[in-house]
Amino acid sequence: MSPKVIPIFVPQTNQSSGCGAKGGSGKSSCGSSAGPSDLSPEVWAKVKDHPCYSEQAHHHFARMHVAVAPACNIQCNYCNRKYDCANESRPGVVSEKLTPELAAKKVLAVAAEIPQLSVVGIAGPGDALANPDKTFRTFNLIQKEAPDIKLCLSTNGLMLPDHVEAIADLNVDHVTITINMVDPEVGELIYPWIYYNRKRWKGRDAAKILGERQMQGLAMLTARGILVKVNSVMIPGVNDQHLAEVNHAVKSRGAFLHNIMPLISDPAHGTHYGLTGQCGPTPQELKELQDSCEGSMNLMRHCRQCRADAVGLLGEDRGAEFSTDKIAAMDVAYDPEPRQAYREFVERERSDQDAARASELAALSGQAGDEKVLVAVTTKGGGRINQHFGHASEFQIYELSGAGAKFVGHRKVGVPTRYREAPGAGGAPALPSQQYEFMADDERQGANYCQGGWGEEDILEDVTAAIKDCAAVFTSKIGLCPRKDLATAGIEVVDGFAHEYIESSLIAWFRQRTETAQPAASAA
Amino acid sequence: MPYKIISSTCTACTACEPVCPNVAIKEKNGTYIIDPKKCTECEGEDPQCVEVCPVEGCVVVDKSLPRYAAA
Repeated sequence: MSPKVIPIFVPQTNQSSGCGAKGGSGKSSCGSSAGPSDLSPEVWAKVKDHPCYSEQAHHHFARMHVAVAPACNIQCNYCNRKYDCANESRPGVVSEKLTPELAAKKVLAVAAEIPQLSVVGIAGPGDALANPDKTFRTFNLIQKEAPDIKLCLSTNGLMLPDHVEAIADLNVDHVTITINMVDPEVGELIYPWIYYNRKRWKGRDAAKILGERQMQGLAMLTARGILVKVNSVMIPGVNDQHLAEVNHAVKSRGAFLHNIMPLISDPAHGTHYGLTGQCGPTPQELKELQDSCEGSMNLMRHCRQCRADAVGLLGEDRGAEFSTDKIAAMDVAYDPEPRQAYREFVERERSDQDAARASELAALSGQAGDEKVLVAVTTKGGGRINQHFGHASEFQIYELSGAGAKFVGHRKVGVPTRYREAPGAGGAPALPSQQYEFMADDERQGANYCQGGWGEEDILEDVTAAIKDCAAVFTSKIGLCPRKDLATAGIEVVDGFAHEYIESSLIAWFRQRTETAQPAASAA
Repeated sequence: MPYKIISSTCTACTACEPVCPNVAIKEKNGTYIIDPKKCTECEGEDPQCVEVCPVEGCVVVDKSLPRYAAA
């Protein structure tokens, strides 16, 4: 039985006709936001539904990680193995034990519930290839039971050369390698030890082996046409100056995408860096480094550094809905049809969005000077400005220029005001979903300092600080008080494009802004 | 003196189980234990469970038991 209508993604009104124009002059130099016009058809076919490989896809498609790989074979100074890996999976409680069999069942359960699901990855909480039996058994089962779901894995690369054949045989066409250095002198500051060939290696020797194995594995994968994303953790004062060299090294070996992520460091996580006061970069420092590397290859800007058991669209985690107990009790069946219908819906949406963007870009053409402006957007996904300001837990940041709208990152902020801290949830680590409980609407009214939908002043301050370098914030709806406060901070509130496509709306706004600014400029 | 795992610090990450050359390590009640009868202290090489364990001081020599002697 397959549903004939799929109500959750009924297209909104105000669509353009979908004339089939693709991209046009809207070519973006940023690979992660690259569309079909920027990539070869084979590569586009591989990335178009993968939220972690395509910025465009991350508006529409969901991923899930199955935490079947608890063991690790290296020690990183940003990771404390008492909890999940702090960087590539957010710090949390020790993951629930998941056997390959249960993982396959979990995939079916999530797929039945979330038609946006397109990818299943194994990203830990240890290293996927330090647990090769569990990892490959899980992939085998998923491939057998849910063949329309793409497989991908993340690894530190130490054991990668030994498993490239198995990866290729299973048609895993996306592999992420975390590469933080190519110089052992830098590496010894990041990796205290590795376990390799029945021996613990330390210091420079460890970093040298790891670096060589990573480069070898990367080259072997790209030689087989497997897309490789390289993750690098930016650690100020340790490898921030060095990552441009890493960028060159991985590009020359055929990596598709480079994802430079900020170090997550908090004493509460118990990591070496957390305990020694090593700081992560600011969003501005991160963006600067990403910008400087962008000329030489595709940069990923939409990474949310999710947990090894995350479920849902990037930026959301519905993992708690699919705990081991709940999965075990579920009766699940394989039905690819809702996902197929959703993919077709996204194809139509995409061509509409492309056409809308192309027509706005054509109107903008030649009008804008060299000015670049950052703006913030609240969205629930689908590539639309469709989230209430007060519900936003993150802002998507776009850079507007004569070349159009470019996604350059996201900024997380406090807590959505619909939630408050659950009693007894204090003390890290806990699942984000466990830390907060839902507030009933009447309670919210009482708790708010104004009736406009915004809760706590300190959260609003947090928001204003997070987007202080933005000229405007685009949202579907906003209360009077936050609107006033943002205006005081010099941030324009734009709610006239509610539920419209993000990129075409931003370009239209930018054009209007340029037009109004120009007479003044020429008069001056 | 075989090795033993301090269960209060063991994260049950499973890393030690497959690297033990004597198949002496197994899961028990959510943690891992070393069978002292099977442990040979990895005679001739570094103890594998100690080498791979991510928690410092989690795998230690069990001084209450005699040293391993090859049969």
